[in-house]
Amino acid sequence: MLASLWQQLSDSPVPIDSVDLAWAGLAPVMILIGGALLILAVDSLVPRRLRPGSYALATVLLAAGAMVAAVPLWQRVQDAERGPFATAAGAIMVDGFSVFATFVILSAVILAALSFDGWLRREEMDGAEPYVLMLLSASGGVMMASANDLIVMFLGLEILSIAVYVLAAMHLRKITSQEAGVKYFVLGAFSSAFFLYGIALIYGGTGSTNLVRIATYLSATVLGDSGLVLAGLALLLVGFGFKVAAAPFHFWAPDVYQGAPTPSVAWMASGVKVAGFAGLLRVFYLAFSTYRLDWQPVIFVLAVLTMLVGSVLAVVQTDVKRMLAYSSINHAGFILVAVQAATAAGVQAALFYLAAYTFMVAGSFGVIAVVSRKGDIGTSLDDYRGLSRDRPVVAFAFALLLLAQAGVPLTSGFFAKFYVITAAIEAGSSTLAIIAMITAVISSYVYLRIIVAMYGAGDDVPAPRTIPLPAAAGLALVISLTVTMSVGVFPGTLASLAERATPVLIPESDPGAVDPSGVPPGP
Amino acid sequence: MSDFLRDYLTVGIFGLTGVALVGLLLGLGSLLRPTRPQPQKYINYESGVDPVGTGWGQSNVRYYIFALLFVMFDVEAVFIFPFATRVDAYGWFGLIEMGIFIVVLALGLLYAWKKKVLRWV
Amino acid sequence: MDDLLLNQFLLLGAVLFCIGVYGVLARRNAVLVLMSIELILNAVNINLIAFGAFWGSITGSVFALFVIAIAAAEVGVGLAIVLLIYRNRRSVDLDDVAEMKG
Repeated sequence: MLASLWQQLSDSPVPIDSVDLAWAGLAPVMILIGGALLILAVDSLVPRRLRPGSYALATVLLAAGAMVAAVPLWQRVQDAERGPFATAAGAIMVDGFSVFATFVILSAVILAALSFDGWLRREEMDGAEPYVLMLLSASGGVMMASANDLIVMFLGLEILSIAVYVLAAMHLRKITSQEAGVKYFVLGAFSSAFFLYGIALIYGGTGSTNLVRIATYLSATVLGDSGLVLAGLALLLVGFGFKVAAAPFHFWAPDVYQGAPTPSVAWMASGVKVAGFAGLLRVFYLAFSTYRLDWQPVIFVLAVLTMLVGSVLAVVQTDVKRMLAYSSINHAGFILVAVQAATAAGVQAALFYLAAYTFMVAGSFGVIAVVSRKGDIGTSLDDYRGLSRDRPVVAFAFALLLLAQAGVPLTSGFFAKFYVITAAIEAGSSTLAIIAMITAVISSYVYLRIIVAMYGAGDDVPAPRTIPLPAAAGLALVISLTVTMSVGVFPGTLASLAERATPVLIPESDPGAVDPSGVPPGP
Repeated sequence: MSDFLRDYLTVGIFGLTGVALVGLLLGLGSLLRPTRPQPQKYINYESGVDPVGTGWGQSNVRYYIFALLFVMFDVEAVFIFPFATRVDAYGWFGLIEMGIFIVVLALGLLYAWKKKVLRWV
Repeated sequence: MDDLLLNQFLLLGAVLFCIGVYGVLARRNAVLVLMSIELILNAVNINLIAFGAFWGSITGSVFALFVIAIAAAEVGVGLAIVLLIYRNRRSVDLDDVAEMKG
């Protein structure tokens, strides 16, 4: 029987065009997925518990390994002769943009994993699941960043999101964690459904889900069936808006950030947001650049709303996690300002902002995870009074990260905001630039409030308490602080990386690679 | 009117006839029968004895776990069937690919088993 | 497939989509909200397959298969979270789940 099967397989009477897979291009994703499955298998099969922290170490090593696998990809796509290439029948694009976003997402994985380690031990929940979920979620994020097909974009979005729903509801004994999980799930699934409906309409309007083919179709037909495409585009924007927490789709963010386990929030606020913006940029810049005049005003309104909501509502909060949730909404607004520019400088500014923001926000939530007490409580502003006395180094680091988020010079946050505003002005939207600067001033009040609480003296400072600082969390803090400060002093390196990641969004033809439009080459 | 719609006209007429018939019979019944309401008449019928508890019994929560696992693995068949129809065309590449797919699924089952989800408590 | 037939499928999809959206917004029972989300995803499947037949390409059908699998994964995770909440507070009413405000 086996022989006849082998005979059948070898004969291949009706050969299908062999799927041309450039495996190297998929290496980062495969390392993440394979590693996650390996950790899951080890966790199921090893009878006794491994040494605490081994899963965190494995996660960090896997993310670092995926980074190492992405380095040759970066070299290849930067090489003038070889350039960007498509793989998996044109469904995945490996270009500077996707590799840059991959690096940022993997950094977020490392920071969140380091923060998870001590937190899980304090909550007595040490297990492999959070790391597995985060690795899978990151693989979805990388897929989104390199998707050249709306099917892959949707699959990446769902892999990213479904894992994060579980990460939000992970804390079994904390009722607000489950509340965060169910809120995030219902709204996330709802927005994914809108996203999917949008994809269906765009497929109906253009006859393809491949981004390059959509772009070709749209530039060839002059406003053919534009109703379907415009409606689809609007629905896609709703889906992306939910994922990156842009107003008016931000309602879940404060509750979810407050209730979810703090290291999960570190991942949600950094990695998930980066993946969402990477997908947004790819779809809107690559496939729908011909519809620029239609989506630019919409993004303009979204950006203004998001920045205002994020800065004004942050002022009235009393919980530090909620404050940072609103501040992350404000950051999303800034990135939308860069998206709105619809220029190469805009993409560069957005990428720079995302990279700088990832380290700032993951570091900040890492501090919150350390300062909170068992049961993941103690995140109100009052809990931060006297932190400069109890843990002077942590307080100082947190203050620096908050100043960076405010955009103070000599930190990465300053240049992130500077590039965004420059890009907006160059693109002719000075109004947006002015609103952005005003909201930056408003939200800096929030950061100053936290710093004042940490450093303030007086009668309301509570009695000293010991705040344990796990080594891994300390390492995460050192990494995020080092990157934030060094980018603040020498922004040139990151800026030039972001610049080289920009212009290859639209690929030139590369004879060695698969045609990105997915059409098999003729005879 | 297109043929497509005309086909559905039959369905519509059939549905309307059904509704009208049921309405006619129930209406005739309510006109003819005497109405003397008593509270006992509104108790659920339970083989002649007085009913205990409410009619909204809830299934045990542990059934949901099995239902969940079934849904997860059942749905993966949508990828296996299209593959199976063209197994010869894909050759060894497809066979190995599907093997990996099934191994990943089995890994999920292994995890559920080792986490004692499958045990009937 | 001609335009008229396509429109009928699209109309069916749109109606189901709207019913699903109404269900998510108006229903407070978490299980019914999950069912409404499923309904939306299936409405999209109808659209995808209709468009696939319209353009004469297999992409729509293949995409629908992926959507079916994703929907199962999504409802699995959703039901698990709902179960967790039910075990803690004996209720699946989403309005009861409101510890955080502000």
